[in-house]
Amino acid sequence: MKKMRAATAVAAGLLALSAGAVSAEKLTIGLASEPTAMDPHFHNLGPNNALTLHIFDRLVDQDERQRLMPGLAVSWEAVDDLTWEFKLREGVKFHDGSDFTADDVVCTIERAPNVPNSPSSFGTYLKGKTVEKIDDYTVHFKTAEPYPLMANDISTIRIISDETGCGATTEEFNSGTAAIGTGPFKFVSYTPGESIVVERNADYWGEAPVWSEVEFRPISSGPSRVAALLAGDVDMIAAVPTTDIATLEGKDEVQLSQGVSNRVIYLHMDQFRENSPFVKAMDGGDIKNPLMDVRVRKAISMAINRDAIVERVMEGVALPAGQLLPEGFFGVSDNLDVVAYDPEGAKALLAEAGYAEGFQMTIHGPNDRYINDARIAEAVAQMLTRVGIKTAVETMPRSVYFGRASRGADGDLPEFSFILVGWGAGSGEASSPLKSLIHTFDSDKGFGSSNRGRHSDPETDALIEEALRTVDDAKRQDLLAAATERAIDNAAIIPTHFQVNTWAAKAGLKYVARTDEYTLATGVVKE
Amino acid sequence: MTVFIIRRLLQALLVVVLMSVIVFFGVNIVGDPVYMLVSPDADQDDIAAAIARLGLDRPIWEQYLLFLKGALQGDLGNSFIFGEPALQLIMHHMPATMELAFTALMLAIVIGIPLGLYAGLYSESPLSKGIMAGSILGFSLPTFWVGLMLIMLFAVELGWVPATGRGDTATFLGIQSSLFTPDGLSHIFLPALNLALLKISLAIRLTRAGVREALGQDYVKYARAKGLTTRRIIFVHVMKNIMIPVVTVMGLEFGSLIGFSVVTETIFAWPGMGKLLIDAILQLDRPVVVAYLMIIVLFFIVINLIVDILYSLLDPRVRLQDQGA
Amino acid sequence: MTNTATPVELKVETPFQRFRAEFFESKIATAALGIFCIIVLLAVLAPWITPQNPYDLAQVDVLDGRLPPGSEAFPGYIMWLGSDGAGRDLYSAILYGLRISLTVGLASGVIALLIGMVIGLVAAYAGGRVEALIMRIVDLQLSFPASLVALMLVAALGKGVDKIILALVVAQWAYYARTVRATALVERNKEYVEAAQCLGISRFRIVFRHILPNCMAPLIVVGTVQTASAISLEATLSFLGVGLPQTEPSLGVLIANGFEYMLSGRYWISVFPGLALLLTVVSINLVGDHLRDVLNPRLKK
Repeated sequence: MKKMRAATAVAAGLLALSAGAVSAEKLTIGLASEPTAMDPHFHNLGPNNALTLHIFDRLVDQDERQRLMPGLAVSWEAVDDLTWEFKLREGVKFHDGSDFTADDVVCTIERAPNVPNSPSSFGTYLKGKTVEKIDDYTVHFKTAEPYPLMANDISTIRIISDETGCGATTEEFNSGTAAIGTGPFKFVSYTPGESIVVERNADYWGEAPVWSEVEFRPISSGPSRVAALLAGDVDMIAAVPTTDIATLEGKDEVQLSQGVSNRVIYLHMDQFRENSPFVKAMDGGDIKNPLMDVRVRKAISMAINRDAIVERVMEGVALPAGQLLPEGFFGVSDNLDVVAYDPEGAKALLAEAGYAEGFQMTIHGPNDRYINDARIAEAVAQMLTRVGIKTAVETMPRSVYFGRASRGADGDLPEFSFILVGWGAGSGEASSPLKSLIHTFDSDKGFGSSNRGRHSDPETDALIEEALRTVDDAKRQDLLAAATERAIDNAAIIPTHFQVNTWAAKAGLKYVARTDEYTLATGVVKE
Repeated sequence: MTVFIIRRLLQALLVVVLMSVIVFFGVNIVGDPVYMLVSPDADQDDIAAAIARLGLDRPIWEQYLLFLKGALQGDLGNSFIFGEPALQLIMHHMPATMELAFTALMLAIVIGIPLGLYAGLYSESPLSKGIMAGSILGFSLPTFWVGLMLIMLFAVELGWVPATGRGDTATFLGIQSSLFTPDGLSHIFLPALNLALLKISLAIRLTRAGVREALGQDYVKYARAKGLTTRRIIFVHVMKNIMIPVVTVMGLEFGSLIGFSVVTETIFAWPGMGKLLIDAILQLDRPVVVAYLMIIVLFFIVINLIVDILYSLLDPRVRLQDQGA
Repeated sequence: MTNTATPVELKVETPFQRFRAEFFESKIATAALGIFCIIVLLAVLAPWITPQNPYDLAQVDVLDGRLPPGSEAFPGYIMWLGSDGAGRDLYSAILYGLRISLTVGLASGVIALLIGMVIGLVAAYAGGRVEALIMRIVDLQLSFPASLVALMLVAALGKGVDKIILALVVAQWAYYARTVRATALVERNKEYVEAAQCLGISRFRIVFRHILPNCMAPLIVVGTVQTASAISLEATLSFLGVGLPQTEPSLGVLIANGFEYMLSGRYWISVFPGLALLLTVVSINLVGDHLRDVLNPRLKK
């Protein structure tokens, strides 16, 4: 990987617009989901990760398109196949005035995977890695195998202070005594369910934030969030419901910001059971699982009118998807187009596969996880029903759905035959969906953990595994693209669309939309 | 009286234990919290580790015994999601819900009973018919729908009060509440009204029904015959009789207010325990769900007890006793 | 008091005739009953008087979604009430939804009332240990607000009309039991019961012939409120995401789905099902109100 040079404030400069005069201004933001802790290592969850970024920094930052940027590390490079060297930024101070050094990095890396009661540990990103202090401003990360995604993984970890943070409990972070980072804002208060307040860190090493104080308020109901913005309770809201976007566009007092996310919505099909539980013949009898036939899977893809989903269900706020990540991300293929809507072709292909009479099945999906998820499932069912696959719809809360979809059947196998799911590539590149969704389910290697259709193709697996060993960026890009092409050609999964996220702010403010769906006060700029 | 209360408390204890079994097992058959908690990036090992860390790999009866052991020491378990003790989390959220439910109940009584009294006394007047028609609307419309309409009208269109959230709090007589600040009152008005609508209708109907029934009874006729003023008949004799069903139902309704606060708190982003509960249910934060329900059970047992005692004070014919029990 | 003393004509009539005559005395109640009958009729006849079967996904097209009232659907019929987000003709969807809502509301109301009434009476009359036990169970049940019980049950049982009905019955029976018991407790100590006991009338007869009629007034108040709230609660559960399936919407599901569109100006998706719900519930309540007046012996003029 090419050596990344320090360009102070490049990262921050992209986010916070040049705010010449530092003013005393308060910003109130309505969030859709509540962060559950101030401890940056407690729960690996979008809202938490976004919130803790205000108080803490990471060695490697991600910009609004998840490209890696220097953070507390000014540069990083692989010094040999198994060692990555990170050079740390000098002169950075924690909110309590202490200096940031390699000791803070070492203790952070030790603490992050081992937080008691953590429901979702950051150990996922630190597995097989050891950290070593070389001098005060140099650390080495070592692995047993060549590992190209070191900087991506390290970019998930927020750095806490050796003195105040590493020995602290999650409660101490929540109460504020340990919530001391190097970030652009300082902790002020955390009232669960009600509000989180942070104030400007005037001594921030990067661009000082525009806002003197920021309050985050969780407002989970979509219409209420919009109403709160319109009533002036909050200055900006995240996750504007698609149904309200057209109305808000017509209002002068509101300014919308939109950006495609790293999240693809896709269909997964049972490809491992001869007799799939929710697939039946037209007369209700058992049939050999048609979803195992690649022609049937392709026919399903052709039967889906992605433009209709985008235009009618998503009200134009989504992008039709032909692969696992939108263009512009690392590892996407240039050769893949969105599968064209072709119901006649789908019928012909089904007939060719021996299903001229069609069959029936059930699509299962969550109803509170993705934007308009239940309505998408219903639209897909309508479209499949039109080409002869009589499709029933069953949607359920995600709390019930994901458990059943992952291991609801006997032997901890996936329960459903045909499901609607989404995947956000946290690492911001294509290996994330490839290794979790496409690669053969393999507990030993830790691959395919979300492969709920149990698609399995040795050749694709080989491409993915090779990519994950290849440190050379150009070669890895080609391998990931090739794996994606093969997976799509096999209809391992059927992508329908990429989510587009919308933020709304009162006039005069604009949010720099992010692919990682984070809502950051540093991204709110005045116009 | 004392014997009665002690006996009721002992029975209550039994109820609580029984309830803990039902609730614990009930909650634990729903869904699979692990997939709600782990990051999608987690591999199979991470998932197994998370299952073990949360104690979900143990058989359910063992989990229950552990829960019971903790409960006896006042520990109802840690929230999966917040990592804090569930009890503490609920206690944090409780004041907001209590002040909301209390305000709603007060609104229901202050608005509902006089209107009901009027509608009962002058049942043929157009105003009474209007009141009754309004009361029917009150419980015919779904709470969530009315809530949004209230926000649209009072907060967005008219801009009189804020749309969401809880206002500043102040401490008065040792109680910290948003009821003591103007900002707090302006925040609580809409959600309390939304929550109260159903109960206002109920109070109107109960009071009216009671008044109409009482007016036909002999004691009212006697009172009239004795030459008592209408005012005295209504406010002393009639009111005393109709208060029994009203007190009973309103007492019971306080719980339903807390139950319905789930919806109101969701719409108004009110940081109470109803919101905490629905989030816990949707995210399968089992310890919080169990702790919440246990607290509610306790709470209700106390309310029922108070209602029964009030009963006896209001109607001497109802004796406080459990014959033979 | 407003009633004037009109001498009552003595006429021989059966109780039912008297009841019928008294019921139809009220124009409002008669009209409400008429409306309710029309609603039921519309619900029953839905498949024959609607242009679309909203449960057949082959007839529903997302391309027809969110059309305002009066638009023409792709198959050529006019959507007089517009369409919802999935492309369902709202007129058709409302009539089909009525079937489900009425089934849920009435079935759960009647079952819960019967169960609660019997249990409440048994408790009030039996007294002693039986009463203590029953009332503790009722307390136990009431410890949970109905909305919470239903929420938990539906979350555990899954979706479906039968499950919703079961959940609502479980959530509501105790209200009836407690109401009946509270009233019966007062009645039990009244002279006429003592007199009946002295006359050697059987307990069963005392309870069902003498105490029960006196419990009817509050029961009907609670019953109408509960039936209305059952229908409303079903809508709330749908709003919270654990109600009936999306593809076979009840009125509640239609309103809950339309809720998302409320701020966007597409009022019809939520307002028309809301009006249908309102009309249904109000007519039930008006009938119930009047029934109570007619059935209550103490209100007789």
